[in-house]
Amino acid sequence: MRHEVRRLILLLLPAGIFFAAFFLLPMARLFFIGGSGKTGWAAYVAILTDANYLGSLVSTLGVATATTVATLIISGISGVFLQRHKFPGNGTLVAMLTFPLAFPGVVIGFMVIMLAGRQGLIGQVTQALTGEKLVFAYTMSGLFMGYVYFSIPRTILTVMAAAEKLDPKLEEAARSLGASPWRVALDVILPGLKPAFISAGAICFATAVGAFGTAFTLAARINVLPMVIYTEFTLSANIAMAAALSFVLGIVTWLVLAVARTAAGSTVAAAG
Amino acid sequence: MMTEAGKPLAIALENCAKTFPDGTRALEPLDFAIEAGETVVFLGPSGCGKTTTLRIIAGLEEPDAGGRVLFDGEDVTHLPIEQRNVGMVFQSYALFPNMTVAGNIGYGLRIRRTPEAAIKARVAEMLGMMQIAKLADRRIDQLSGGQRQRVALARAIAVRPRALLLDEPLTALDAKLRDTLRLDIDALLRSLGITAIYVTHDQAEAMALGDRIVVMEHGRVAQIGKPREIYQRPATRFVAEFIGTMNRLTGMTDNGVFACRAGNLPWADAPANATEILFRPEDIRVAESHETAGLQGTVAAAFFLGDRTRLFVEVGEARPLVIESTARRDFGHGEAVRLAIDPRGLLVL
Amino acid sequence: MKHRGLFYLQLGFTLLVSAFLIVPVVLSIMAGLTVNYFVGIESGLTLRWVFEVWNGYRDTIFLSIGLSLACLAVTLILGVPTAYVLAKRQNALTRAIEELLVMPVAVPGLATALALIVTYGSLSGFRTSWAFILVGHVLFTLPFMVRSVLAVLSAIDLKTLEEGAASLGAGFWPRFRDIVLPNCRAGILAGSLMVVTLSMGEFNMTWLLHTPLTKTLPVGLADAYASLRLEVGSAYTLVFFLMIMPLLLALQAFANPRPAKFVAEETE
Repeated sequence: MRHEVRRLILLLLPAGIFFAAFFLLPMARLFFIGGSGKTGWAAYVAILTDANYLGSLVSTLGVATATTVATLIISGISGVFLQRHKFPGNGTLVAMLTFPLAFPGVVIGFMVIMLAGRQGLIGQVTQALTGEKLVFAYTMSGLFMGYVYFSIPRTILTVMAAAEKLDPKLEEAARSLGASPWRVALDVILPGLKPAFISAGAICFATAVGAFGTAFTLAARINVLPMVIYTEFTLSANIAMAAALSFVLGIVTWLVLAVARTAAGSTVAAAG
Repeated sequence: MMTEAGKPLAIALENCAKTFPDGTRALEPLDFAIEAGETVVFLGPSGCGKTTTLRIIAGLEEPDAGGRVLFDGEDVTHLPIEQRNVGMVFQSYALFPNMTVAGNIGYGLRIRRTPEAAIKARVAEMLGMMQIAKLADRRIDQLSGGQRQRVALARAIAVRPRALLLDEPLTALDAKLRDTLRLDIDALLRSLGITAIYVTHDQAEAMALGDRIVVMEHGRVAQIGKPREIYQRPATRFVAEFIGTMNRLTGMTDNGVFACRAGNLPWADAPANATEILFRPEDIRVAESHETAGLQGTVAAAFFLGDRTRLFVEVGEARPLVIESTARRDFGHGEAVRLAIDPRGLLVL
Repeated sequence: MKHRGLFYLQLGFTLLVSAFLIVPVVLSIMAGLTVNYFVGIESGLTLRWVFEVWNGYRDTIFLSIGLSLACLAVTLILGVPTAYVLAKRQNALTRAIEELLVMPVAVPGLATALALIVTYGSLSGFRTSWAFILVGHVLFTLPFMVRSVLAVLSAIDLKTLEEGAASLGAGFWPRFRDIVLPNCRAGILAGSLMVVTLSMGEFNMTWLLHTPLTKTLPVGLADAYASLRLEVGSAYTLVFFLMIMPLLLALQAFANPRPAKFVAEETE
């Protein structure tokens, strides 16, 4: 039976070598490079001490939180609704809502421009209604809208899967005791979906924190951490700082996901 | 190394124990010899070590250091199952979902690089033997439990194994099917003349199929013997109560009489210090009015089962006595009855 | 008993959300096909922008397709054996391996790409080849292949099936070929779809890893949005949609499992 163990190790070797060479080693190097710049290891706390970096960290966390809250509310309502009510066209709606699942951040940015850019739909509508064109694609609001755009498809799938597993008898029991639909939602459905919300919310948050493509497309002016890292690397050639910041960013997102995983079962992907 | 396929195998286990990596002692050192062509049933509750023993014989587990497994005198302890040429039937059948019935049955032969024509012939033979010819091209998920069982048997036998190892093959089936298939398996084993090792927790199966039964408990052998011996002369209390139902009377021996709450039971061969006697329901009966009988009790419940009546009679013991009566009359609840026991069925453990 | 008001409220809300998601897509498709976006549909429909995209960005399309297929091949070779090992053994070590595998997905693509650059950037041959991008894509998509195959392998009683095959004389490789691989086909298929889809759309890592000679479709898109007219960017996006649509549809079809069959006992 020792043969078996040896064989299993051999089978793991290809992936193991690949992973060690192209992820573990580079990550270790990134860590050390982060501490090799002008400020040395202090670079790792610069994110908290330097006003600019702190500002972008706050913006990043802020937009990520806003995205998560908005997405969970939207996906919660629509996800449960679609899962529960079978009507003609239900499938089409689900397909439409999950269609943008594989869109890269760039395309999302483009969608935001289509809606809220200088020639965007919202701008044209507001101009027709109020005479003033509302353009917000290139601001944090535009970024927020973009993040919500790509978060909805992912979270809605998780919510729908969890809603399917809810036991309708619990709600029937609550209703038989006199609870209104509102109370049933509050006291039975929401608690039942809590694990899914935690897990989906964490993924949403982590993805928004690490998202790059959308911000990149919308403008280099938007002050979120991934953009800061990018400009440090490409424009300022401050590799050490970029390395330190991205390492910290990586740890933060990984931690958020790890905590959520222990709080609620296994997860789907983050990308964006 | 494979000896001549088809000749029944004599199997011997020497000092075979098994401790699992997490520390559980699944099997205490066991020495046991199985004769060529014999059907041995390992019987016991779950966790008793019977499946572990089977897997050691199969080659799926290795015994702890010092243990040996011998096939016809040859040491195969370190030979993996792929090379032992034993046919195995698993509790969940382990049929391959990606192959048809015919594909499953022929798999072992394909591995042995048997020519295609020979495989086809042998598969057809097996399908006929198991009466499943019409299932040849079906996929596994289209089969019922009983059909899967037959396919599993056919697949195991197709390679002409030297021994057949069956791990609770009937447990997953419903009662009626189990009865039917038990007969089929019995007929099959007899016609093949193969050495068979059968593991089960069902004592009716064990009694029906085994040439010898090995009763196990907590990794140890409790008793080895022919079905009749095990049933009529259980060696330990565990065996007595695991097989069939056992009645119990507590009391004292006094000069050839066993005195208990139910009365006095004349028993010439009563051991001097016996405080408890055991006997089967069929060895006790309600005494006719003209007979003398030392024991009395009251009927607590009576179940008419058609061919007999099962009586539960209170005699002042912890549990009522179970009596199988063939008397052609009804028994009333609370009725006083006198009881006679066949002394040949009395046991002291 | 339906609370009709509530139903329509939720339906309306959901329709609004769907519109939010789909309208820009429709707008962008239209923009890619109209002569002049600012004038609108009255200016006429044309394929001119699509052709312009094809002429200018043909290479990016081919590179993206090639990369996703290469990524698929590599993840199959690395991922299927890994999934097998994880299915055979569930202990602290294998759980740690699963956690490790997921890291490139949890960590922002930016960080992974940066790490690769600081480590291998000096190997100019490697750095400027499409293999560099491939590495990033494989790191990101591998856990999806592994998870997909592992899910299928965990659902079947792998241990007993292998023991059954072993009892019939099959060694390790025949077992792997005859029993393991055929039975995880569904997982391999679903995983493959996922890998190809993700690779086609990957941007965060690819933007940092690419060079002017190794531009993928998303990278080209970013270029086009920034520098070219809206119509060309839209047409380019349209091409992307056309490529990704069949994959997404196939993925959705896979999400609906077949119900298990019940077979009654026949009287035998």
